[in-house]
Amino acid sequence: MSRLKVMTKSRAESVVDDLYKDLERRIIASPPGLCPVDMTASFLKLFHAQTCGKCVPCRIGLGLLEDLLEDVLDGKASLETLDTIERTAKSIYDSADCAIGYEAARTVLKGLEGFRDDFIEHIQTGHCSCHLELPVPCVAKCPASVDIPGYISLVAQGRYQEAVTLIRKDNPFVTACALVCEHPCEEKCRRNFVDDAINIRGLKRYAVDHCGDIEPPICSPSTGKKIAIVGGGPSGLSAAYYLQQMGHQCTIFEQRKELGGMLYYGIPNYRLPKVRLKYDIDHILSTGVEVKCETSIGDDENQISFKMLTGNYDAVYVSIGAHTDKKLGIPGEDAKGVVSAVQMLRDIGEGNAPDFTGKNVIVVGGGNVAMDATRSAIRLGAKNVSVLYRRRKADMTALSDEIEAAIAEGAEILELHAPKRIEKNRKGHVVSMVADPKVIGLIRGGRPSPADSKEAELHIPCDIVIIAIGQDIVWEPFERAGLPVKRGRLLADDDCIMENCKGIFAGGDCVTGPATVIRAIAAGKVAAANIDSYLGFNHKIDCDVAIPDPSIENKPPCGRVNMKERNTTERKQDFDLVEIGMTCQEATQEAHRCLRCDHFGYGIFKGGRQEEW
Amino acid sequence: MVNIKVNDIPVEVKEGTTILEACKQAKFNIPTLCYLKDINDIGACRVCVVEIKGIDRLVTSCNNVVKEGMEIYTNSPKVRESRRINIKMILSQHNCDCPTCPRSGNCQLQKIANDLESGIYDFKKKIPVNNWPKDFPLIRDESKCVKCMRCIQICDKIQSLNIWDIAKTGSRTTVNVSHGRNIKDADCALCGQCIIHCPTNALSSRDDKRPVFSQNGILSTRTKTTVVQVAPAVRTAWAESFNLNRKFATPARLAGALRAMGFDYVFDTTFSADLTIMEEGSELLERLKNPENYQWPMFTSCCPGWVRFLKSQYPEMTPCLSTAKSPQQMQGAIIKNYFADKIHEDPENIYSVSIMPCVAKKAECALPTMDSTGTGPDVDAVLNTREFINYLRSLNIDILDIPEDHFDSPIGDGTGAGVIFGATGGVMEAALRSAYYLTTGSNPEPDAFKNVRGLDGWKEATIELNGTELKVAIVSGLGNARKLIKAIKQGKVFYHFVEVMACPGGCVNGGGQPIHEGKEMADIRSKNLYFLDSTSEIRFSHENPDVLKVYDEYLEKPLSRLSHKLLHTDHDAWEMPLAPKKR
Repeated sequence: MSRLKVMTKSRAESVVDDLYKDLERRIIASPPGLCPVDMTASFLKLFHAQTCGKCVPCRIGLGLLEDLLEDVLDGKASLETLDTIERTAKSIYDSADCAIGYEAARTVLKGLEGFRDDFIEHIQTGHCSCHLELPVPCVAKCPASVDIPGYISLVAQGRYQEAVTLIRKDNPFVTACALVCEHPCEEKCRRNFVDDAINIRGLKRYAVDHCGDIEPPICSPSTGKKIAIVGGGPSGLSAAYYLQQMGHQCTIFEQRKELGGMLYYGIPNYRLPKVRLKYDIDHILSTGVEVKCETSIGDDENQISFKMLTGNYDAVYVSIGAHTDKKLGIPGEDAKGVVSAVQMLRDIGEGNAPDFTGKNVIVVGGGNVAMDATRSAIRLGAKNVSVLYRRRKADMTALSDEIEAAIAEGAEILELHAPKRIEKNRKGHVVSMVADPKVIGLIRGGRPSPADSKEAELHIPCDIVIIAIGQDIVWEPFERAGLPVKRGRLLADDDCIMENCKGIFAGGDCVTGPATVIRAIAAGKVAAANIDSYLGFNHKIDCDVAIPDPSIENKPPCGRVNMKERNTTERKQDFDLVEIGMTCQEATQEAHRCLRCDHFGYGIFKGGRQEEW
Repeated sequence: MVNIKVNDIPVEVKEGTTILEACKQAKFNIPTLCYLKDINDIGACRVCVVEIKGIDRLVTSCNNVVKEGMEIYTNSPKVRESRRINIKMILSQHNCDCPTCPRSGNCQLQKIANDLESGIYDFKKKIPVNNWPKDFPLIRDESKCVKCMRCIQICDKIQSLNIWDIAKTGSRTTVNVSHGRNIKDADCALCGQCIIHCPTNALSSRDDKRPVFSQNGILSTRTKTTVVQVAPAVRTAWAESFNLNRKFATPARLAGALRAMGFDYVFDTTFSADLTIMEEGSELLERLKNPENYQWPMFTSCCPGWVRFLKSQYPEMTPCLSTAKSPQQMQGAIIKNYFADKIHEDPENIYSVSIMPCVAKKAECALPTMDSTGTGPDVDAVLNTREFINYLRSLNIDILDIPEDHFDSPIGDGTGAGVIFGATGGVMEAALRSAYYLTTGSNPEPDAFKNVRGLDGWKEATIELNGTELKVAIVSGLGNARKLIKAIKQGKVFYHFVEVMACPGGCVNGGGQPIHEGKEMADIRSKNLYFLDSTSEIRFSHENPDVLKVYDEYLEKPLSRLSHKLLHTDHDAWEMPLAPKKR
């Protein structure tokens, strides 16, 4: 007998490990609308199987909790049962020997706190209020409810023009979203049950890259109604696109020279080339939208008053976005060489790009705007670009692809450092950033918080500081005009209707705070529908594209096609598009990976396709 | 066209054909359970699966279409194994009290399980518990439900009422009344379309046979004079269950069967259908005289499912309903008043039964407004066609031995115009025949208005009556009724008179009629009614001698004070649960 052995996995162990991975993907893609009580009961069964069996609360208690939850689900419980569940779970949490037991109990306690109503509903009515109302995961997760299985099946057949027409039924920014959408549609893709989510954004890109010229949509006969849209960003333009099709004449008031809002002035050309954005905007304008650029709304002499809009138009949609920068509030922030990311990106958009040749640049922040500023600074010739962030890299809110791209292009991530003060020279120019080192600490509100460390402050010499810690909304003129404002945002419901403001609607970043382009587009769509109703109409937006029947084919596990990027040394020299679209072979293969949840599963029964809205 | 092979036999079918249809064309039938053509093709039961060459997993044939070169196997061992196991899975949650189940012998689950030779049963049984108000006319038995979802789809897509919905989630997913309501609080029209499309006995109508036929029932104790009336649509459907042909199964044979059951008097509701024409027709002409005093159009009121629909969905349009009672209730009122006088009997000593193709009539007879004598309901019990057939079968008499008999007078005979009440457009046609006479003084050709016949969901016609134009419409199916009302409200259409029947095709396809899996019976049944009309001696309601006699001896004239008291009703005198808000 040997004294020691190298550990090896048994066949069963490695299969179970595989199963865990399958389970992980399954959980990621768990459909929305499931009963949380049922899910908790199911988790308990898993947790119970994980027990080592030594300590009483875990070995026996978890099973008893399971039974009690089943009683709730079977309508055999009373409110007393709920009390028993709570006392039992607390006791398990307090007395189990290891985390397998007490963390299992905590799951139940979390549920009792988080969805107590669902427990009570089960007990009192014998069922719960949960409902699978949106059974196609990608469509359910897309704020604009784009018919994703529909256009993917068209891409699979090479019908790119129809694919784009179908997308435009719900989202006119096909190109912009093909290039920069955060693709929440991919999050819960059912293909995760098999292998990995479909590359939906990539397929959209393939469609729009190959669709050729498309005729403007046919607009309903004029209703004679006039609508003013304040702000020509994605939300305002989307609203205008649909309202024009409904027969209403829209006028967009845009304070800057160009339309597109953050898509034009915020997102760098290397992610969304201006010429590609123009393709979307030209199509929107082909519906006959009137545009007044360099016209802003407010109380100043050179501005148009909001009163003028409400007096001369039948409805107003406010979609001004969030375009001012947040300040750090540290000493030295007024130094020369300290700029906001919003301002810098806007300058680049306007053709006034600064020259950072040979400069040391510090970018403060961890979001997507910070990454845009970082990667732009590199392209403007900076010698060094460091991203200063007070939490860990893993906690950054920017898309991980963006962070990786910035690093690949040479950026340094200085995690766990909080800016303390900016030091300037006699001329008032920034010379260094002083930062406090942090340690990562307790998790609060789902995110670990940075805590003070005992280490000394760090001096980082630099020539430029770019602040990218969020944007604010210019709400003041609108509050003075009588619109409701709360916590620096315009106050509108999820139907874009503003309380006590007849005929005034608002949506996009100015209501939600800085968010994603697809959410702004969705708000524009919602506003269009509700403005149409407000004006007493019931126009429908549809398109006559026949969705192919799903082809009967095997769906073996198959890797997801990811998009490639131009090589780093080359791309960081210019502002040209970084991402390379799929090849025809890749797009066809990827499109065929789609499981057609509009046809298979719940989708064919209820809510699988909305042909018009 | 697409070339495929079914079980190695080459066939050519149209592009877009489902695998199921294609195989049928190749003479290979595939069993289906949840499938309902054009209404429920969701692939839930997985019984219609087939194997396709080159494809690993089985494919449902009901909702997938053929592709060029497809090679389909409808009966491979793999297919048969999956079908059998899936049926056993369903049976593991099914209350298999088949011998006593009213659907035994007419149950799709039973048929498939039998046909598939499901063999020894090897899963643990877990029958869900039932919880349903037994006194409601529509009964749902959870322990028989296979979750095929047909009821949800029929109610959503055809009737637009959304009474049923998925309830609960996960393994407990089932069907129940939408929005977590109790059925008694729901805006169910009681059309019963869900019942006649249910593959099992999960949905049925309340069994009301006991007070009539049981040992303590009225026919056995004979404590009261028993009277039965039978609706027009019953005569075209009852014989289906006995495989009798049209020639044999005459209305007179039906009267004979009812007599054999032991009723003292056998009446034909066709009589009061004619009476309805007199009252409703006169009411229309009255409303047309002072159009500004009324909300338009005038809607027929003979279908209680439709009345429930209108009151719950569009209560503000209730005044549009004709105040005339339905034929069943007119007959009931006449029985307990005029007829009671005739036979010198107190109304409380008469027990009045009706045989109807309907579920909603079971609720209608119990309305507080349907007690004209103050001694109890004018119609004491409503049995539907299925209950009538079931009882007739239980008597074990040889149907072929039942002699033809006559309906009793003086309120027993109807005309051809009354007979067609059972089909969509029939009430309108009967009304137009008499309205023509009442305005012009002479009869039209009996078939002059036959363009209002047919199964289209929404028909319209413009009729010239003495120089004035009468615009009429006929809808059947509540989804069509909703479309029509929306169009009226939007000002897109205008009608003077609209006939509505809740069931698609009218009473012939009523929720109380015999059930035939996968077959829609409205066409063949209504053709029979039109045949009976065409061979009737009298084809005008206003020429019905019994009707004329009732007016002469008793009611005086249509819309008289007594007519109003007995033959008209106040639709506002009872409450109907309203449709849930936010539609």
